[in-house]
Amino acid sequence: MRSLSYVRARTVREATQAFATAGEGARYIAGGTTLYDLMKLGVEHPAHLIDIASLDGADRIDTGGDVLFFGAGALMADVAEDDVVRHDYPILAESLSKAASQQLRNMATVGGNILQRTRCPYFRNGAIGAYPCNKREPGSGCAAIGGLDRSQAVLGISDTCTAVSPGDWPVALTAMDATIEIQGPAGPRSVPIAEFYRLPGGTPHLEFSIEGGEIVTGISVPKTEAGKNSTYLKVRDRESYAFALASAAVALAMDGDRVRRAHIALGGVATRPWRAHEAETLLNGQTIDREIALAAGRSAFADASAGEHNAFKIELGARTLADAIMTAGRKTQ
Amino acid sequence: MSGPHDRQSIEITRRQVLEAGTIVTMSGMLPVAAEAQTSSSQLPPENGSTVQVSFQINGQPSTLEIDARASLLDMLRERLGLVGAKKGCDHGQCGACTVHIDGRRVASCLTVAAKVDGRKVTTIEGIGSADALHPMQQAFIDHDALQCGYCTPGQIMAAIACVKEGHASTPEDIREYMSGNICRCGAYVGIVASIEQAAPQIERG
Repeated sequence: MRSLSYVRARTVREATQAFATAGEGARYIAGGTTLYDLMKLGVEHPAHLIDIASLDGADRIDTGGDVLFFGAGALMADVAEDDVVRHDYPILAESLSKAASQQLRNMATVGGNILQRTRCPYFRNGAIGAYPCNKREPGSGCAAIGGLDRSQAVLGISDTCTAVSPGDWPVALTAMDATIEIQGPAGPRSVPIAEFYRLPGGTPHLEFSIEGGEIVTGISVPKTEAGKNSTYLKVRDRESYAFALASAAVALAMDGDRVRRAHIALGGVATRPWRAHEAETLLNGQTIDREIALAAGRSAFADASAGEHNAFKIELGARTLADAIMTAGRKTQ
Repeated sequence: MSGPHDRQSIEITRRQVLEAGTIVTMSGMLPVAAEAQTSSSQLPPENGSTVQVSFQINGQPSTLEIDARASLLDMLRERLGLVGAKKGCDHGQCGACTVHIDGRRVASCLTVAAKVDGRKVTTIEGIGSADALHPMQQAFIDHDALQCGYCTPGQIMAAIACVKEGHASTPEDIREYMSGNICRCGAYVGIVASIEQAAPQIERG
């Protein structure tokens, strides 16, 4: 790890100024559970760390207004335990409590979590550097394609990158049409989460729609009755403390026993948090049963494409979504 | 060009490892005081850009000038001699380094040490004494909740926090909220039993 400077900012203004002054190699750090880990692996090489974990008011959780608001500095553990989130938006609470371990949820922030980087083993191979990775070193190639690709994505892939978007919370936020609040040297702006994550295409190193010097300051989620009829199902190699092989975030707004509007997003299977529009369309106007749930699950993977070792994710992903739809459906009764 | 096959050139045999181990062990038996004195007079304790941190460690105030890259775990072990918290994976995956910051459990290996400025850190050394064990320590003994013991300080610090968070009311809850602590010896049954035993005592206390 290279030598670096460390400063703690108290306000967004202080942080953006410190970032500008520090120049090249400046990085913001919040909980650090991704960034510091990747520094140890030789993937990230910041020269200056600007700590934004203790910005004034950054950990505010406000569920009493027109929207749910989560300050970017709020800890994953605290949002997961919030009473309103737990009771009225289980999709959000479960996506957080099923992520990482309690130690890490006590460190990691909900703002930092949406910027978490992929767990692709070839990407994380920075210190040894034995394998190329277009995300780590643009233009170097992708060792995962044709390599050990069991954990790789089957949706949204390109011929330069198949790395899975690792988060759970971003998947739930995608289903719930969240907005990301950002502040930077040019002032504040809001980005719908659908526009926040980029597909790898030919530039897999560009992952988020955020500019250098900008800070994620908060996340807003529209309030909806669908929140109560919701769930986040995560299927893993072990029952707890593992990344998703396949996950599904489902929330259902109902008219009587028929779905008025389904909110569906997938994790563990795609290069970005994956909104499953086809599955939503298929469910809208229908009553929920096992058959329609599985049809919706299959429709979400109609365009999926597998490598050598990850074809199981297509069936697993479809059935994970079907199970999540059934669970959300039971909550409507 | 480097490729995966290049690593074969630095591959070492089991015999070489054992021989190297013998040398390390033997050099460890040599008197080291003079050597240590020399190195400490020549080298600063840290060799990168430094930052000053003031914090409480197990109830005592402490101020250190540390390398800005240092992890909390390395600062505890290398600068303060508190070697209870262990380095297992150094990537937040095993839980052996678990300590409390302001009463909440964290992975000290993934905590940038500079972050604890102004905060209260508690390690396994700060929860009890040989004469008066913490109820969780006693419970681990009562239930034989360890074999090699390497993960135990992290398990106990995580377990105490697990109870205080209110996540120890059922065995299922305990298993879920202790999943960040790996025990390679597989003492999980004893660990769950220990937490069930100690939980009411900690909640009363």
